[in-house]
Amino acid sequence: MLKKRIVANLTIKDDVVVQSIGYKKYLPIGSVSVAVQFLNEWGIDEIIISDISATIERKSPANDLFKSISKKCFVPLTIGGGVRSIDQVHQLLHSGADKFFVNKFAIENPKFITEAAKIFGNQCVVVAIDVSYKNDKPVIYNYESRECYSLDLFEWISELVDRGAGEIMINCVQRDGRYNGFDISLAKNISDFVNIPVIICGGAGKPIHFYEILNNTNVSGAVAGNYFHFTEHSVITTKAYLLKKGLDIRLETFAKYNNIYINENNRLEKNEDAYLENLLYQRFVNEII
Amino acid sequence: MKGKIVIVDYNVGNTNSVFNAIKKLGYNVEISNKQNLIEQADALIMPGVGAFSEAISNIEKLNINKLLTDQVVTNKIPVLGICIGMQLMANSSEENGFHTGLGWIDGTVKKIPQVKNLRIPHVGWNEVKPISDNDILFSNCTFENPSFYWDHSYYFDCRNEDRAGIVEYGIDLTAVVRKDNIVGVQFHPEKSQNNGLRLFRSFFNYFNII
Repeated sequence: MLKKRIVANLTIKDDVVVQSIGYKKYLPIGSVSVAVQFLNEWGIDEIIISDISATIERKSPANDLFKSISKKCFVPLTIGGGVRSIDQVHQLLHSGADKFFVNKFAIENPKFITEAAKIFGNQCVVVAIDVSYKNDKPVIYNYESRECYSLDLFEWISELVDRGAGEIMINCVQRDGRYNGFDISLAKNISDFVNIPVIICGGAGKPIHFYEILNNTNVSGAVAGNYFHFTEHSVITTKAYLLKKGLDIRLETFAKYNNIYINENNRLEKNEDAYLENLLYQRFVNEII
Repeated sequence: MKGKIVIVDYNVGNTNSVFNAIKKLGYNVEISNKQNLIEQADALIMPGVGAFSEAISNIEKLNINKLLTDQVVTNKIPVLGICIGMQLMANSSEENGFHTGLGWIDGTVKKIPQVKNLRIPHVGWNEVKPISDNDILFSNCTFENPSFYWDHSYYFDCRNEDRAGIVEYGIDLTAVVRKDNIVGVQFHPEKSQNNGLRLFRSFFNYFNII
């Protein structure tokens, strides 16, 4: 069985990881390379790097930065932000990206998707769509002008599939940084509409949010940004929760998922004294590959 | 001591990711498409990511197809193909028209059949079922059916005797092909965390690459 993916999205602004709140406010977190290394060691399934300053400042992707971080990354890396040509995709793949994504550039140049899918294969091309709501109807949001496109969301999605996009990443603008859960109805509508993988981002705040979205909809992965910051081993604790709920997820060889109890408020609960005492006499050996 | 590993660069692969993974294990590895380096290699890696037509035409442009076939088929140099690198070993591929492959292992590359509401491409983590219990590639893995990362819309349809592992996605797809010194995997071991690193280690150990 194909496993549901738990994906981390690192938003980077001026080469620093930031937390994004409603696409408006940004809180600096720290070095990209440290973040990637930690997520890796916590057994994340995939890492997405969204460089939000590249497009706005008309910069090319920061290949040197990606080269250095990919040395520590042994999970799939999807990179986006500032991609405007086939040549840049070549460079990104050479810098350690496995997939790339485009957002606004695809809307302005839909032919680019067809061309890229032909050269790199469909599986390499991810299209991100920022979705907001206008009169209770989902619409495509332009992060630069902060307005909505007149292009219909579902028409755009079927065009993407026809042009050979390999995956769709939905960003829910209004849920960004709100910790109030994923947009389940939107996820349902989009993932049932297409037969390519759909992943969704925006709103993760508690482990139960991952369970709700992955168990109740056909999305292939749940993406979170801010949620994974500030909590040690956040990926392992989340996966331990999902495992207890019976979800089929990927487990990492070096992590222990038993005896991790996380409550509804995303707080780690204390293990019983007898168990902790017993740990004193156990010998732990580092994994040798 | 044998130990020179060359990752063949035909300009569509995620060559750096493969390099980083093998380097982490401490091997002597290089990315190259130079004739003399391929001739001196003790093991070859054919990396993945890309479309079949682009990969094969780049190999032809670099004029290394005969050299690679000599090294692999005549000189029996161990080779590990990853994703597209594995599909290139087939006789032909149906991806965007008809394309002739390197023909090291009999079979053709076909689109994953659309069964029910299966999503194509096949992206994400899925389990490999080794066909034999003590397969050399998985000897070092800690799980019975280890999970690896997949990202493909085409698969290698080959003879049963060349199949060493399968993955369940709608139908049973070829996950691993093996014929003597030729090994190909459809998934990405360089992106499959410790299971992937363990697979590289098993491959090199089996062929005495130190």
